This record gives sequence, C-alpha cells and structure tokens, in this order.
Amino acid sequence: MTFIGKSIKRVEDKRFITGQGKYTDDIVLPQMTYARFVRSPHAHAEIRSVDISNAEKMPGVVKIFTGADVAEINGVPCGWQVDFINGETMKEPKHPLLVKDKAMHAGDAVAMVIAETYGQAKDAAEMIIVDYNPLPAVTDAKAAMEEGAPQVHPDVPGNLAFDWELGNAKDEVDAAIENAHHVTTLEFINNRVVPNAIEPRSAIGHFDTSNDKYTLYTSTQNPHLVRLLLCAFVLGIPEHKVRVVGPDVGGGFGSKIFHYTEEAMVIWGSNQIKRPIKWTAERSESFLTDAHGRDHRTKAQMAFDKDGKVLALKAHTYANMGAYLSTFAPAVPTYLHGTLLQGLYTTPLIHVHVNAVFTNTNAVDAYRGAGRPEATYLLERLMDTAALEMNMDPAELRFKNFIPKFNGVEEPGYQTQVALQYDSGDYHPVLKRALEMVGYENFRAEQKAALDSGKLLGIGFSTYIEACGIAPSAVVGALGARAGLFESAQVRVQPTGKVSVYSGSHSHGQGHETTFAQIVADRFGIPLEDVDIVHGDSDAVAFGMGTYGSRSLAVGGSAIVKSIDKVIEKGTKIAAHLLEASEEDLEFAEGKWTVKGTDKSVSFGDVSLTSYVPHNYPEGLEPGLDFSSFYDPANFTYPFGAHVAIVEVEKETGKTTLKRFIAVDDVGNVINPMIVDGQIHGGLAQGIGQALCEGTIYDDSGQLVNGSYMDYVMPRADDLPQFEIDRTVTPCPHNPLGVKGAGEAGCIGSTPAVVNAVMDALSPYGIYDVQMPITSEKIWNILNDDSGETEE
Amino acid sequence: MKVKISLSVNGKSYERMVEPRTLLVHFLREELAMTGTHVGCDTSSCGACTVLLDDKALKSCTMLACQAEGHQVTTIEGMANGDNLHPLQQAFHEEHGLQCGFCTPGMIMNAADLLSNNANPTEHEIREALEGNFCRCTGYHNIIKSIQNAAAKMSAATV
Ligand code: FES
Ligand code: FES
Repeated sequence: MTFIGKSIKRVEDKRFITGQGKYTDDIVLPQMTYARFVRSPHAHAEIRSVDISNAEKMPGVVKIFTGADVAEINGVPCGWQVDFINGETMKEPKHPLLVKDKAMHAGDAVAMVIAETYGQAKDAAEMIIVDYNPLPAVTDAKAAMEEGAPQVHPDVPGNLAFDWELGNAKDEVDAAIENAHHVTTLEFINNRVVPNAIEPRSAIGHFDTSNDKYTLYTSTQNPHLVRLLLCAFVLGIPEHKVRVVGPDVGGGFGSKIFHYTEEAMVIWGSNQIKRPIKWTAERSESFLTDAHGRDHRTKAQMAFDKDGKVLALKAHTYANMGAYLSTFAPAVPTYLHGTLLQGLYTTPLIHVHVNAVFTNTNAVDAYRGAGRPEATYLLERLMDTAALEMNMDPAELRFKNFIPKFNGVEEPGYQTQVALQYDSGDYHPVLKRALEMVGYENFRAEQKAALDSGKLLGIGFSTYIEACGIAPSAVVGALGARAGLFESAQVRVQPTGKVSVYSGSHSHGQGHETTFAQIVADRFGIPLEDVDIVHGDSDAVAFGMGTYGSRSLAVGGSAIVKSIDKVIEKGTKIAAHLLEASEEDLEFAEGKWTVKGTDKSVSFGDVSLTSYVPHNYPEGLEPGLDFSSFYDPANFTYPFGAHVAIVEVEKETGKTTLKRFIAVDDVGNVINPMIVDGQIHGGLAQGIGQALCEGTIYDDSGQLVNGSYMDYVMPRADDLPQFEIDRTVTPCPHNPLGVKGAGEAGCIGSTPAVVNAVMDALSPYGIYDVQMPITSEKIWNILNDDSGETEE
Repeated sequence: MKVKISLSVNGKSYERMVEPRTLLVHFLREELAMTGTHVGCDTSSCGACTVLLDDKALKSCTMLACQAEGHQVTTIEGMANGDNLHPLQQAFHEEHGLQCGFCTPGMIMNAADLLSNNANPTEHEIREALEGNFCRCTGYHNIIKSIQNAAAKMSAATV
C-alpha cells in the first residue's frame, strides 16, 4: 500500500463543498461585540484632534478607543533586521496599534469603535470627528529619496530604512561590464500588487475572565508566530495565557503571514471590555491594509561575451517598504531577492544594491514568491531582451548559460556568487521539455505567417530558480531573522492504532490534511482514513512557524517524518518483545513487524495497543506511542523550472490574449501530483495577473485609486486558458522526503514569460520595453503614438 | 425599527424581524447561521455570496433581505440531498476544483444556474459564465474541469 505520488482526492474538501468550512468570520461567541476602525482618508496628515463625544452616544456603542488610549502600548514589530551597509542599525519606526498624532498612509487606523452590532459600530464610526491637517505625501520609493521629498517619519532622514548590497566587488563587476562585447540595460518597475485572498482578514479577540486566558481567532498563516509577536513584543502578556487559532483560512498568498494591528486591538480591547470582539475587514479595508507585494524600481545590466555567455550582472533597486516595516518586509528585497540573482546561469560576477525606502503607502511585504519573482523578472527580462539585441535565440541563449547538472550528493551543490548554495539541479531538461510541448520548431513559422496576415503573435520564455523550504535557522539568523524557521510535528498513535498528527504548518488551501496524511499512512502502512491532521491551534499543536516560502512539506513534512521514525523505532522494541525476537531480525513494512524470513508478525495496531496496555512489555520502556520532533532544515530547497507563454496582441485594441501557457517545473519529489498541479495553476494565474492587469495606482496625494474589486483588475475565468503543465523530478538531497516546495513556483516563472511574449509580439514595431501591467490601453497608446517609430 | 420578512431557504420557511438595511447575505449568515455563503467584497464583484433565488444565481450581497420576501432561496447548504452530494459538489471534489474553499460555494451555485440553462456548455461558455466569480487559488483551471465533469454526470443521469 503506497500513497506517495498518488493523486488522492482531498479529505478536507467535504466541509468546503457543503458550506461547512469554518472561517474566522463564521465564528460567533456569546456576548460578542463588533469592531469598526476609523481610518485616515489622507496618506499623510497631522491629527489635531479626535472627537468621539457624539459617536459615544450612538445606539449600541460599547466602547471607543483612540490613539491616546494605546499610546503606551508597543507597536507591531518587524521580524527581520537588515542593517545599513555602513553598519548603522535599520530604521524601525513604531507601527502603533492606533495612530495618535500623525497618519502615515491612507488607511492608518485612528480609532476603534466597538458596538453590539457591526451596523451600529459603522454608524458610530461615521460620527467621529477627526481634525486632520493634510501634509504632502510621497508614494514612489525613488521619489521619496530625492531632496526635498516629504518625510514620512521625522526620525528617518531621507526616508531610507536601510541600504544593502551583496555579491562580488562592485569595481570588478563594473570593469567586466565596461569591457564586455554586449551589455543589455533595462530599467523597470516591478508593479505593486495586492494579494487579495478572497477571504478578507478577520480576527476575534476573547478574554476569558474565568481563567484570565485570551483566545485569538484570526485568519493567519501562522498562529504560533502571531502569538509570539503579540505576547512578547506588543502586549507583554504571558504566552501560556494566549491561545491563537487560525481556523479555515480563505487563501493567504503571504498577506496573512504578518502580525497586524487589528489582531492586537481585538485582544487588548477584549480585556478592556471583558467581552469578545470581532473585526472583519471590508474589501476596501483589505486593499488599504493587507500588506502589498513587489513594488521595486530597478535598473539592471547584464554583460555578455560575443558568444552570448553572461559575464556579469549588476542591479540596483529601490524597494518600497510602505509607511511601516511589516513582519518580514526587510528580507524580501534583500535575502529573498538579491540572493537569487544567480538564477540558473553561471554568471561569474554579480553585484546587487538595494535601497529600502519608506513612503506614505500601505506596507509592502512577502506576496507569493516574495523577492524571487522580482529576481526572476529582472533576469528573464534581461535574457529575452539580450537575445533580441544580439539577434540570438532566447532559448539557445539560456541553454548556453545554464549551470551544468549537479545532484548535491556527489558534490556539495552549486555555490553561487550571491551567498546561496543550490542543493541539486538539472536545468536543461525543463526548458527542453517546455520547447517540445510548445512545438517551438514550428512556432517561428506560424508567427511569421500570422504576421503576414496582420496578427501579432509572440512567444516569451522564463527559466527560474527559487529558494524554498524556508529555512535553516542559523543561516537566516545570521542574515537578520529574529526567529528560527524550523517546524514542529507531533505524531500521536492512539491505542487503537489510529494516528493524530499535530503540525505547526498551516493549511489555507494547500491540502495538508491530505498530503501529510499520505506520508503518515504510507510510512505506517495503514489506511488513509486512520490518520487525522490537526493544525492551526496553538493549544493543540506544540509549536509552529507556519506556512509561507513553500516550506510546509519540505520543513513541516520533514518534522512529521522525524516523529514517524521515532514511533517506528519504539514500535520495533515493543514488537521484538512481543515476537520474542531481536530488533535486528525484524522488518517493518505494510503495517506490520515481521521476523525476517518467517511468517511471524505483529501488526501496527497490536503494537500501539500494547504500548498503552503495557502488561507484556519490554522492561524499562515507557508506555505510550507519541512523539514530537522539531526539524530545522540543513539548507533551503531550490525548485526550478521553465515557463513559456504565447500571446496574441490585437493591433486595433491593444488587447493581449494569452493563447497558451506552458509550465515545466521541478519541485523535487511529489507526494500528491493533483495538489501540486493545483498549486502551480494558482500561482500561474497570479503571476499572469501581475503581468497583464494587476497593479495599484496611487495618485499624487497618496490615495489608492483602484482600491476595490471594481477598480483593481484581477484575472477572471475568461482571461485565462487551460494551462499545459509537466514536471521533471530532481530530488532534494537534504530532506527525508526529497521534496522542494511548489506553492510559489507558478507565480515566480510566469510573469516575465508573459511580458517577454508581449514584447516578442511587438518586436516588429521595435518596441521591447513596456512596464507592467501591460494593459490594452498601454499598448494601444504605444501603437498609436504618432511621435514614435511605431507607425505602420 | 425592524420589518418582518418571510421566505423559504433550502426548502424550509423562515419568518424573522430584520433591520430594513440587512443584506440577504447577512441575513443568511447572521440570522440563520448559514455561513456557507461568504462575503468577499463590498462592490458585488467577487461572487463568493452567490445563491439561487428561485433557481436563478444571485449575488446575495446585492439584495436586501426584505426584497427576498416570499422567494425561495437555495444556498450551498441546500445542495446535497442528505449524504448524497450534488453532482457539482462531487465534481469539485473529484477534479480538485477548490483549494481554500472560500470561493467554492459561490462557484457551485453559479455553475448550478449555468448547467440548468445549458446542460453541455463549452469551455468558453463556462469561462464566460464564471466571469462574476473570483477565485484566487485555482487559476480556474480545475474549476472549469469540475463543471465539465458535473455537466457530464448530470446529463448521464437524465438519459
Ligand atoms: S460579496 Fe457579493 S459579490 Fe462579493
Ligand atoms: S479556492 Fe480559494 S479562492 Fe477559490
């Protein structure tokens, strides 16, 4: 009986397809009250006064808190410290739970109104009079560093949170670029996008006066991490008095990793009023306050010799941090971006420099891929542009520069110029397979024929690597992480041989309840139904670092395997005793221990029962069959892949249609192919969205003008084709499952492939540089710009 | 001030006093504690709240509860027949048409309307019909397959 590599249908589906999922907003507690936040309509404004006197008299109002009430409480902390190149400490202005004197971005919370119903809280919130003195705002990272730019935080001169560099000596890189046969230079904006999980964020705080314990239900990707930050850094309440539950969560994509002010407010507030408080974001609030993604302004240069070999790469990025440093924000443009600039290529010289800048915008943090999509976009736009400029085939150019195959077993892995050591990789086959699937040898002829009949077809490539399975604690600690990034798992075998697994990973769509159960059922040789996966509750699960950075299976799954191994080891002792054989003579397979070469055996169920009814039992052995483990990975994992997009651009309207999308990914070993494919599909859609339609628009005063689902364009069903996907398998050499992680891959590779395809389609017009999102309006304007060379 | 409404939900009659401004979706979720119908937006753009009103798909955030007076509402909780899943529910499970599950009830209700009008839709027709429903997890790929699968199941059942 094996469950590995099988597309087992998901065990969690039943509750969702029957309307019985339990998301935070579905939870109702006795005596519950409802909160509404009053938010600054200005991106930057002095707050002269907050008058709550009329609001307090509104029907149903229980309590109103303002910035003055929480001024003594710490703000929400940042979990990663990246210091300046000159050694100065990162600037880390307080992110208060409610602002008192100054609003730093549109959406900054000024007051919290608590009432008997949500409607009443909303009505009362309307009655609060805030006297604002609007100040000039800055929303662009580069502009924020210019002389005379508005100052976001008085104590952060020039708005610079930190600067950072990595790689080879800058002089050496500069010299290589200077002397190269060809240099491709691009300046681009990696557009700011909104994660937009369809479930809006929600939190319920409950203080239980009977035992002085708090419970926080929250739409989070990592309940224990929220608990740690909330207790140790914000409110200073003892951790053992706080339970954090992340129930069913309707998608996260990074935005639900972070500890948000609203979580702290409902917990703190529930003790003030001694009643539970529920807050659920309206979508317009989500747009203003869920941490955004990307927002890089980059200049990059890639130098080539005459054969197309990459000689050097140099990049400078302004990374927009928003008004405050969110939980993981400093890591994203640095250790998750600069470290990936080796890509799949043998580039011998790399230098990257980043300025992380405060602006009057909502915070930017990890969004699906987090830094790795930005790195991939940088490399892959350069690659396709270079191929065009040098008149080389873009696929050929990549083949030429790929790092040769390595498996990380016979050799230590591949040491990059930017700190990381790749674990295992075999890059030619993914691109080869993608070319086969797309029918590349015929494509150029089809493209030409299409052009002759007036149609603009384009093909775009992207090959990528990502660092997943985040991450070895000591390594990330040295890089500024203020947390370890291990995972924990407990495997409890019940007396009847049924198994409960408590995992610190958190599933919000990833299907852990199925994939993890497959691993357990497989290793124990028991039916899948005999395994139950428990997650998302800090009272049930010992500890957890949660789910992000494609880490659940590689790190969380490996922790489960460690506990499984301990169970089998102890089970072997019990079985040996029962079978009156020595442990060495036993083998464990298909749910039973057998004396090798005989038919004498004892089942998993018998052994577990014996462990709890230890009458006939090995001397000195503790009863029970229940083990916990912590797994700290030895390295990141490095999935990779090749993506190819085919688009058609309609000249008359400028509309881009994605005709085909081919993705060949290598995520290491695969436990459940159906789930992995699903992860890829979802990632592709998000990456394609960034390329073609998504992106925030801030006006000069700092308003997010497209802050709703009416105005912010995300891919809908009729914008996408069915995806064509395949994979190769290069096992991870350093974790027991050989898995690498699949959650972010689709979102990392797809964006540049689509943009490259549009550029290829427009190449007959000499256009090779359009900024994302590539909307029909942008293309139409370029094609119809009578000042340019784009006239037919 | 509250007003009285009576309507049928999943075949059962309810009579309740509600604030006139109560949206149908909030009535279902808060008054009737049927939380399978979700709220994903405040602009009637996401479709997470889709229910059937007299067998036609409706975004329940676009209607006041009192406007549903006298109507028959079907929600995701009313799709299965006892332990027998509706073919759409079964198909979403078989084709991995859901990940986080948040959009799923709305998708299923909208698809139910589609299939009642068009028993054998093309991929293109399905994509057009889902135009009012966001899914951020699946890239729609497996949702399309789920609806095709359900269409096949349902037409096999009717011949
Ligand atoms: S909640 Fe009704 S469409 Fe979004
Ligand atoms: S399954 Fe998560 S939004 Fe559709």
